Amino acid sequence: MTFVSIRDLRVAFDGVQVLHGVDLDIRQGEAVGLVGESGCGKSVTWLAALGLLPGKAKVSGSVRLDGQELVGAPRPAIEKVRGKRIAMIFQDPSSSLNPVQRVGKQIMESLRLHRGLKGRDARAEAIRLLDMVGIPSAATRVDLYPHEFSGGQCQRIMIAMALAGEPDLLIADEPTTALDATIQAQILDLLGTIRRETGMAMVFISHDLGAVSVVCDRAVVMYAGRIVEANNIRSLFSAPRHPYTAGLFAAIPDIDADRGRLVPIHGTVPDPKNLPTGCAFSPRCPRATAFCQTDRPHLRPQSGGGDVACFQPVAAPKAFPALRQEALA
Amino acid sequence: MLNFLLSRLARAFLTIMLVMTFAFVVLRLSGDPAMVMLGPDAPKDAVDAFRARWGLNDPIWQQYLAYLTQILTFDFGVSMRDQSPAIDLVLERIPATLALTIPALILKVGIGIPAGVYAALHRESIADRGVIMMSIFGFTIPSFVLGLVLVLIFAVTLDWLPSGGQDTWRHAILPIATMSVGGIGILARFSRSAMIEVLGQPYIRTAMAKGLPWRDVVWKHALRNAAVPIVTLVGFMVGALIAGAVVVESIFSWPGVGRLIVVSVSNRDLAVVQCLLLVIASSMVIANLFVDLAYGLLDPRLRHKSAAH
Repeated sequence: MTFVSIRDLRVAFDGVQVLHGVDLDIRQGEAVGLVGESGCGKSVTWLAALGLLPGKAKVSGSVRLDGQELVGAPRPAIEKVRGKRIAMIFQDPSSSLNPVQRVGKQIMESLRLHRGLKGRDARAEAIRLLDMVGIPSAATRVDLYPHEFSGGQCQRIMIAMALAGEPDLLIADEPTTALDATIQAQILDLLGTIRRETGMAMVFISHDLGAVSVVCDRAVVMYAGRIVEANNIRSLFSAPRHPYTAGLFAAIPDIDADRGRLVPIHGTVPDPKNLPTGCAFSPRCPRATAFCQTDRPHLRPQSGGGDVACFQPVAAPKAFPALRQEALA
Repeated sequence: MLNFLLSRLARAFLTIMLVMTFAFVVLRLSGDPAMVMLGPDAPKDAVDAFRARWGLNDPIWQQYLAYLTQILTFDFGVSMRDQSPAIDLVLERIPATLALTIPALILKVGIGIPAGVYAALHRESIADRGVIMMSIFGFTIPSFVLGLVLVLIFAVTLDWLPSGGQDTWRHAILPIATMSVGGIGILARFSRSAMIEVLGQPYIRTAMAKGLPWRDVVWKHALRNAAVPIVTLVGFMVGALIAGAVVVESIFSWPGVGRLIVVSVSNRDLAVVQCLLLVIASSMVIANLFVDLAYGLLDPRLRHKSAAH
């Protein structure tokens, strides 16, 4: 059942279009990975959906949550959605917590707001949540300030705060990018556990395909403000169809293969002020034809499943390195 | 905490001693009190007697030691001019000055900070531009110009308010207005930029993403974070409560500390000037001490850091 339905979402900053019509459905309880380079619009999509972009951003299109339109909705209506229906955690956990407020108080604020818990009840619940996200001796550390926790622990606290509203959907905006590799794995593990236990849906925004494969059922690849490919994790990893997706995989080192140069995607992400005509990826695309430089492909369902926006998709399933097979199994 | 307090007190003491030493040197470089007090035509024996009376013939290090001893024993000497204790001369002027500077401070804080915060919350609106323009006007216009313009308008042309003196509360209106305009401008600008900086921080986005109403985001999350730089500036203003009115008091012939400074410096009345400096330096240092304590209260991250100084 579709829970959030985004249609033709467009965002412009100071007249520069950064999101060019995104269509995306999130079903109840599913985990979707949103993948792409920095600036491709993956975070902007959700910040726009929740009305968290600064005032100068122009947002159009539609974001429906259980039929309720969020784009252009009055502020009180959106405030009821934030934290309660859709919660969000961010990339830099240490600066995402208010430095001058005790972490317990910040969690209790959400509990009061969304569940009406106050005083001792709120405190007990905050401690339970901290305990659940794996903060050791939560009962005593509930009164500490954010700077007294490590980055990984701050992200756990952010997750506890997000869970306080018992949301139906958690948007995790690059939650592990700022963390050490070992801590990343712990946070991914925690997110997986929580999702199993609560059954909430999750959108996992990341440029790390490996992380996405661990947490998500389905992945959506974005490039220059558009979705270029969407498929379930297994198909996307075994047979990427869009040349950009294929390029992303080719740029990941394979631990089992002989040592050799990685294959980079040549060129750089286009400037949103100055997008190429036709397919935005065509200047960097090894498969581009003259047609690709004049016409823009739309996202189309493919016979083998999944959606791709490309005139020259990578054809047959090729043998790709067995990426994180253990995680997919 | 105790360590922190002790180290800050020691620093405060050192600062005051440095200021007083500097004052000693400068005052003795800048002219002979005997000549100024008695006039250039004074007979030689009068000048010699004056010098002997005030120890001006002693070697300079002896004078300095005597001076330090005086300060440390809270003996501030007597005025060379009218022989009354210097400290009394200074203390009796303080209420008059505070009668101007405290209302001015209240105006600065009460108007400047809300105006700046409002401008930050309504960025690039007409109100915001208005606040920016007014604050630039406020802190660029020198107080001696503003004071004279106000006198011209409200005392000379309209004849609503007196142009100088200290007889009724109406006499205080123009000096207070003159003094507060600059501070309002500076505080408005400062609060605006502090608030804009804070509103762009990730934790504000977190507070919004949590579903807090905007009003709570501002009151519970933004303001306290913006307070640290604002408190620094207000601390300076508090420290300047006693000394900050030299120009305005002179314009409006207000018999406060500022006027006493001007008069005793031009008379080379050493004891009074030294006593004034001590009082002013102490008030600055004490205000700074309180600012440091306030930092710790406002921002838990600064508690350990400031203690480590």
